[in-house]
Amino acid sequence: MLRFILSRLLWMVPALIVVSFMSFVLIQLPPGDYVTTYIATLAASNEIVDQNTAADLRSRFGLDQPMIVQYFKWITGILFRGDFGLSFEWQQPVSELIWERMALTLLLTFSTLIATWGIALPIGVFSAVKKYSIADYIVTFFSFLGLAIPSFLLALVLMYIAAVQFGQEVGGLFSEPYVNAPWSFGKVVDLLHHLWIPVIILAVSGTASLIRVMRANMLDELGKPYVTTARAKGLSEFHLLVKYPVRIALNPFISTIAWLLPNLVSGSIIVAIVLSLPTAGPLLLQSLMSQDMYLAGAFVLLICALTLVGALISDILLALADPRIRLE
Amino acid sequence: MTDAALAAVDQKRLAVASQWQLMWWAFRRHRLAMIGLVITVILYVIALVPGFFAVNDPSKQNARAAYYPPQSIHLIDTAPDGSWSLGLFFRPYVLKRDPQTLAAIYTEDPARKVAIRFFAQGYQYNLLGLIPTTTHLIASADPNYPLFIFGADRLGRCVYSRIMQGAQISLSVGLMGVFLSLTLGVVLGGISGYFGGRIDFVVQRAIEFVLALPTIPIWLALAAALPQDWPAVLNYFMITLILSLTGWAQLARVVRGRFLSLRTEEFVTAARLDGCSEGRIIFRHMLPSFLSHIIASITLAIPAMILAETSLSFLGLGLQPPTISWGVLLREAQNIRSIATAPWLFAPGAAVVLAVIALNFLGDGLRDAADPYNK
Repeated sequence: MLRFILSRLLWMVPALIVVSFMSFVLIQLPPGDYVTTYIATLAASNEIVDQNTAADLRSRFGLDQPMIVQYFKWITGILFRGDFGLSFEWQQPVSELIWERMALTLLLTFSTLIATWGIALPIGVFSAVKKYSIADYIVTFFSFLGLAIPSFLLALVLMYIAAVQFGQEVGGLFSEPYVNAPWSFGKVVDLLHHLWIPVIILAVSGTASLIRVMRANMLDELGKPYVTTARAKGLSEFHLLVKYPVRIALNPFISTIAWLLPNLVSGSIIVAIVLSLPTAGPLLLQSLMSQDMYLAGAFVLLICALTLVGALISDILLALADPRIRLE
Repeated sequence: MTDAALAAVDQKRLAVASQWQLMWWAFRRHRLAMIGLVITVILYVIALVPGFFAVNDPSKQNARAAYYPPQSIHLIDTAPDGSWSLGLFFRPYVLKRDPQTLAAIYTEDPARKVAIRFFAQGYQYNLLGLIPTTTHLIASADPNYPLFIFGADRLGRCVYSRIMQGAQISLSVGLMGVFLSLTLGVVLGGISGYFGGRIDFVVQRAIEFVLALPTIPIWLALAAALPQDWPAVLNYFMITLILSLTGWAQLARVVRGRFLSLRTEEFVTAARLDGCSEGRIIFRHMLPSFLSHIIASITLAIPAMILAETSLSFLGLGLQPPTISWGVLLREAQNIRSIATAPWLFAPGAAVVLAVIALNFLGDGLRDAADPYNK
């Protein structure tokens, strides 16, 4: 077991190096750099920046050095000093801007994961037990619908219904007075009041595919002789289900974290942009648009790294639950 | 293939049926998949000749029809004297302003009646991009009163015609993107599965890595790198390329799995002992036996591509107007104010959902039918 975890941990090292390099290359790709964008913005308001000032700015931000040097400066800063560089647009260290947003992103993703499981598990079991009943067909229909509706569309429709039917603005994670307030008990309660809407929206698409997985797994197990044996012993139907087939059917469920997580993270970014949540999404989009490269890079790096860590955790959980995997 | 399906076909025919025939028989019994197939075919026909299905010129702006609501269409016309007539027609809306709020109010003009004609003349377009023609499936009889089936947007452009036009880009992005990822996936997955060993190990890790990454931030970063002033065709090509950069991994995994399981089959060994070249073994012996699986996986990959393009364009980082795609159209529905005044701007979203569901049903049915020995 320890060997499995160790070898899996070792794998994270090259993966993280590749991710960090990839994030850096990605944010370097756009033609021009922040100074070009900055000059263009100033030119729009009739201010002219001469060549010397531009060169000064470039050397101040280190933009005139070769890319590989910039990368090493960037990555060593992150590793040894926790310094993600300076956000050009906000004129603030990136680390001051991102942590609260990353924490909220993590909270949102984690709550969605829990919600997805909480919804998909019982429904999947139910529709397997009541196979080919009307309820099963309804569930199947809705899970196909859930797969087909892009999450941002669902967010838009919910916003529309809330605005037209209830005269309410859906969006953000906090009410007006709490937006800039320091953390307190009231703020947490307020957050929970707002959190469920994006969580539900995000959970819908993940739930749909998980229900199908769970249903298929359960159907494989339900016909097996041990279920008949348990029934013959006189176990109540509910007890029987929870005690044997559900536990086995759950097994592939854990492994789904690995592919559910990237989808969840992707979905949460778009939904956050539509609902203007104070998570990573909107700021990432904005920083990409204005070529604020250190800010965008920090987000891409952290989001990808966290997803990889999530996959790692799911692998370890799976190995804990299923001895066959760690013996392989 | 179920027993019922087997019993349905004549035993003699079954014995000599080719794999494709077996697949078709199994597929035909899957009702949802058949519905999916029909809808998919209709959608791709629309994508092929969108101009024929459009009513109005999709790019034509009309200042007098901003946020024109969906036109209600009548079948029976009754006159005050009790006489009546049959035939599709509509009464164009008249724009009035609310005296207090100045908000636009559209009301039906009871005095005016415009007939709806089939295979009638409308604006000029190029059929298949080559043949200039003016024939449309549906058209308003009076060109002064355009027919807005799904209403009009902020600039008075016909939403219905724009959805028809958008089908071309949105559906072809799916095909193009899947084609590109399939090329990458088959080459890498094939190499990995066929040769095995160290190459397999490296490709496997690469696949796992790509699958573990969240796609949206990467797409966003890549799409943000595209210059905004590129020509539409180049932009379109780059977007599909970006989408397939992450899409290949899934297909590569399927291909690799099939290669691995087939590599040890007797017929492959037999072919090898007969002295077939590697290329002949792969293309003549192995490929036909898992082609059906690949086709099923492709069908399931297209809707994912369509959704991806829609999301990117919606965020403003995908295709740019004046290119018309469903994602670009949904950008109109981005803020709460415009969807509150004009809920019909959601219509392109319905088109997306319909296309994705149909393709998912189709793919599911194909996957079940692809394996004749399945159950």
